Amino acid sequence: MQNGKDVKEALNKKAAYGPDLDLDDYKVGTYTPDKMENIDEISDDLKKRIVNVGVTTCKSTRSGTMFFVDNGPSLITSDTDGLELLPMRVAAKKYDLSEYLWKAVDPGKDKYTSKTYLEDSDGYFIRVKAGKKIKMPVQTCMLLSRKKQMQNLHNIIIVEENASLEVITGCTTGKHADDTLHVGVSETFVKEGGFLKFSMIHNWSDSTHVRPRSGCIVEKNGTIINNYVILNRVASVQSYPVTKLNGEGASMKYSSICIGHDGSDIDTGCLVELNAPKTSAEIVSRSITFGGRVVARGKLIGNAPGVKAHLECKSLVLNDGGVTLAIPELESTIADVEMTHEAAVGKIARDQVEYLMMRGLTEDEAVGMIVRGFLEGGISGLPDELKKDIDDAIAKANLGS
Amino acid sequence: MLRIEDLHVEAGGREILKGINLEIGDGQTSVLFGPNGSGKSTLISAIMGLGHCKVTKGRMIYNGIDITNLPIDERARLGIGMMMQRPPNITGVKLKNLISVVSKDNGSILKKAGEFNMDRFMERDINVGFSGGEIKRSDLLQLTAQRPKFVLLDEPESGVDIESIGLVGKKVHDLLYGDELCGKGCVSALVITHTGQILEYIGADRAYILNDGRIKCSGRPMDLLKDIRERGYKECIQCRMVKM
Ligand SMILES: Nc1ncnc2c1ncn2[C@@H]1O[C@H](COP(=O)(O)OP(=O)(O)OP(=O)(O)O)[C@@H](O)[C@H]1O
Ligand SMILES: [Mg+2]
Repeated sequence: MQNGKDVKEALNKKAAYGPDLDLDDYKVGTYTPDKMENIDEISDDLKKRIVNVGVTTCKSTRSGTMFFVDNGPSLITSDTDGLELLPMRVAAKKYDLSEYLWKAVDPGKDKYTSKTYLEDSDGYFIRVKAGKKIKMPVQTCMLLSRKKQMQNLHNIIIVEENASLEVITGCTTGKHADDTLHVGVSETFVKEGGFLKFSMIHNWSDSTHVRPRSGCIVEKNGTIINNYVILNRVASVQSYPVTKLNGEGASMKYSSICIGHDGSDIDTGCLVELNAPKTSAEIVSRSITFGGRVVARGKLIGNAPGVKAHLECKSLVLNDGGVTLAIPELESTIADVEMTHEAAVGKIARDQVEYLMMRGLTEDEAVGMIVRGFLEGGISGLPDELKKDIDDAIAKANLGS
Repeated sequence: MLRIEDLHVEAGGREILKGINLEIGDGQTSVLFGPNGSGKSTLISAIMGLGHCKVTKGRMIYNGIDITNLPIDERARLGIGMMMQRPPNITGVKLKNLISVVSKDNGSILKKAGEFNMDRFMERDINVGFSGGEIKRSDLLQLTAQRPKFVLLDEPESGVDIESIGLVGKKVHDLLYGDELCGKGCVSALVITHTGQILEYIGADRAYILNDGRIKCSGRPMDLLKDIRERGYKECIQCRMVKM
């Protein structure tokens, strides 16, 4: 690992992609938000916002809940055997986490990781003990509550040998929390035979900047399924999670659904290193743009024999005036790999719209049905709540006209 | 029910239909014959209002309403329904979803998918990877859900195997005559066929031969079909034009 001095110098280091931000423009959010005993205590207004990011107040459908407001924990509930949920700062005192902390993300990567490192930020710590299969998903919710603030989080997920876990993490802003910055460093470790399904849903204010920094390390025969969804208007998002498939037979699937609105700058994608034999990866990104700038990146690096990977970036452009960029990259250091990619940017096919109109759907309904199918087609096993959100987002967007 | 007056239609920058006059009465079924490329599909696409067919002259009156410039969905809501010759793939839209939206009977049609041999296809994307016969059965199921009053069928039997032709024929028959609400004689149709096979299942009143964008002759469907079979389009048209 780098020494503290290097990390400090990185405070001025611009990120490789996305618009650059001045961290001094934001105040670090509070580490001691009001505590809640129960998720039911949440205000009605906020309840609506969190439901929109896949978080539910219905306890029977979740095996644990962690609610962060600004930089500190507000609520943690869990009593599931084999599952541990703690604030990061508590976990770091309780356990020796030196084999995990800053092992999947380099703190000197850019100003955002550096800031999180130097702040020694709190965040969620989730661990599933070896062999435990957690049936219901764990949900985490990250709320940015005040304007002109920066949220810094450092999260760790550990899925031990042959354990399995699903995490739904929803990130959103409170009312009037304008002009904010979210930085979340997430380090994920899936050990031999482990399984993790991780869905991240974003619903920010239109003046929020978002800089997630994620790294995953997957060991032998481990599996990670990663979904990312952003439907609402946002100032900018730039994320490029890095997954290292380090054990034989490890696999990952990354799916993302983005809606790009006028005035938004969304630059997302992921990089997968296939470092062990017979590892496999699939990256599927689907985006629609009404305007703004949407960049879909994807990079596969094959470093071992018998590697199989596919990358698919598809984008529908619904209006003129925006920029859509699909950047698929394949890199291999050896011969015995099978890596493919497919990228497509285009408009909705007129004959498809007409086919549905022929059956009596209005033009808007027809376009909506095709767009919904296009977006949802990229992700399998999307939660029903989210499907509804996609419908709502499409309805609100007033397509076709 | 439908009256077409001096209809001129352009497609791909070329005039395809050069002055069509045609009238189809309530409950009547007309048949359209004609060689490949003569403009048959263009004509029914123009009636439906598909975008690639540009009407440059003439008009279409449906139940007293001038539909020449109406959007497709409004024509559909007036009761016009169509089976295309080659429908597009609708990737991402499941057959079941479209049928539930289209159906006028709260989706009870979904239970009848088996009758169309389409029950296994309900979760599939519309037309994606469907065989020729499957596309026809899927379109028939959609049309049955839609319950049109005026049905445009573009070669409903083409690509359908010998065993399934009976099923397709029966479903086309039901589409035309099966409406319990108004009984026989309330649904009209315009059917394109090359082989005439579909005519074994429906009672067609009148047939027309289209050639080079014009209707060259008309007659009783079976008579025309026989002439075309025995003498070919060219001679049939010449001979009948003399008679007309
Ligand atoms: N979108 C288009 N662009 C260019 N040409 C077109 C287009 N649509 C139709 N045409 C042309 O118009 C002519 C008539 O086509 P149409 O499909 O109506 O023929 P058809 O009588 O249905 O023939 P078939 O029996 O082969 O189905 C053909 O020459 C065809 O190539
Ligand atoms: Mg044709």
